[in-house]
Amino acid sequence: MKHHELIIIGGGPSGLCAAKMAAEAGIDVLIIDRSPELGGQLIKQTHKFFGSKAQYAKTRGFDIAKILIDQVIHHPHITILKEATVVGLYPDRVVTVYQHETYTRYQADRIIVATGASEKFLAFENNDLPGIYGAGAVQTLMNLYGVLPGQEIIMVGSGNIGLIVSYQLLQAGVHVKGIVEAAPTIGGYKVHASKIRRLGVPIWTSTTVQRAMGKDHLEAVELIDLDAKWQPLLGTERIMSLDALCISVGLSPMHQLLSMVNAKTKYINELGGFVPIIDDHHQTTVKGIYACGDAVGIEEASSAMMEGYLTGLYVATDMQRPHPDSDALKEKYDYELDMLRNGPFGIKTKIGLEKLRKDDIHAQ
Amino acid sequence: MLNKTGIPTKDQVLSRFPDRKVLIKPKAILECYEDIPCNPCSTSCPFDAIEIGENINKQPQLHADLCTGCAVCVPSCPGLAIVIAQIKGDRAVFKIPYEFLPMPEKGQIWDGINRSGEIICDALIEQVAISSKTDHTAVVTVSVPVDYLYDFVTVRVRL
Repeated sequence: MKHHELIIIGGGPSGLCAAKMAAEAGIDVLIIDRSPELGGQLIKQTHKFFGSKAQYAKTRGFDIAKILIDQVIHHPHITILKEATVVGLYPDRVVTVYQHETYTRYQADRIIVATGASEKFLAFENNDLPGIYGAGAVQTLMNLYGVLPGQEIIMVGSGNIGLIVSYQLLQAGVHVKGIVEAAPTIGGYKVHASKIRRLGVPIWTSTTVQRAMGKDHLEAVELIDLDAKWQPLLGTERIMSLDALCISVGLSPMHQLLSMVNAKTKYINELGGFVPIIDDHHQTTVKGIYACGDAVGIEEASSAMMEGYLTGLYVATDMQRPHPDSDALKEKYDYELDMLRNGPFGIKTKIGLEKLRKDDIHAQ
Repeated sequence: MLNKTGIPTKDQVLSRFPDRKVLIKPKAILECYEDIPCNPCSTSCPFDAIEIGENINKQPQLHADLCTGCAVCVPSCPGLAIVIAQIKGDRAVFKIPYEFLPMPEKGQIWDGINRSGEIICDALIEQVAISSKTDHTAVVTVSVPVDYLYDFVTVRVRL
């Protein structure tokens, strides 16, 4: 069995940032990622990012990915496994990796689970017709491979992802017929909404998709208004023709690997669903196994980066090999993370974290 | 309204415009109406004319006396929520961010668009600047009749 001091599962923004800090502390790190390229969702993000300088604000997402990858890729203490899926995690800090049709086991002194999130889907009649996509798939097709998902599309969900992907679809020349939002108000940043609206795309709040129609592929959808209690208002049905529908109704933290080691989880709506209980060093209830990024609560990539840096620093400290600038860096990233959560959008995360920390069961 | 449609109200828009006398010189119009964690407008301004402060969730405030209308903030705003506006006689001259193909070219007439996405006027393309500094966001100088000062927001290629 191969051994590394630290294994990081997931090479997205938080995993890469954690790796940087741990490697700088002299720890031997293995990053395992299932994709052909590191960077997680950042590599599909063509828009300029929010935040401040510490999170590379006003830099496009795929360029942030390049910066984060460059920080780790040539580091002598970091080994990288790509196209490698972690299929098993065990309490003695063993992981089973499936890569190129081969299973290999690795053991580590510490493990960080930075698996990110998966997309939520929406239940409606015929939601499996070809032409119905998740927003992540649309971004992969369009922004990584240059393939259009369709000619005429409706976006479901007005959170930041729905708004941003709508803008990217328009840039690619797709006719975005409108954005459907079940809530009475727009979910994402209003600057994104305004950007879409002035391009002529309407946003229909208090509206949902009732059913999809089509023989072999999507040809039309039926939309319906919702009342104040989110119940369909009969008589408001209308049918719209299209050849693609993009679902962007939120993300769920990927905690499944942690369930394999019986790490305790809690359902916290504000954080996106089931999340592992973590202590103030991001350690789960299983000693030596840590978690950070969207896997412990849905936020922006900017927050995931800050959490990753912090978790790398905590792990190094817990291994009695603190980063040479540990205290100053912890203070800096703690401050940055707090700032990102200091507005009306961050308050949700703060409430969620408070609920998570209540009745906190620390690692045994 | 903004919460439901993405269209700011007339009052919101007017609150971001300095007095017309001030607009004899070009000034930044900061159409950021919501507390979000973001501050590149402020940190990119070479003249400290845009203030956010320590809490990056605060909305930016323009110090119109310090603003030179240089437009460095225009492609720096990730929300594409900043334009530069100036009154020149009977024309309102804007510098706007633009990220679509085809790119406008100097001398062309494009459609002038309002915040609801409707065509409202002719828009004369006066200059198109794009460089590595703007990172693929073009800064388009465009003029429209001054009557549309508070309504015009972007351009669309004429079909």
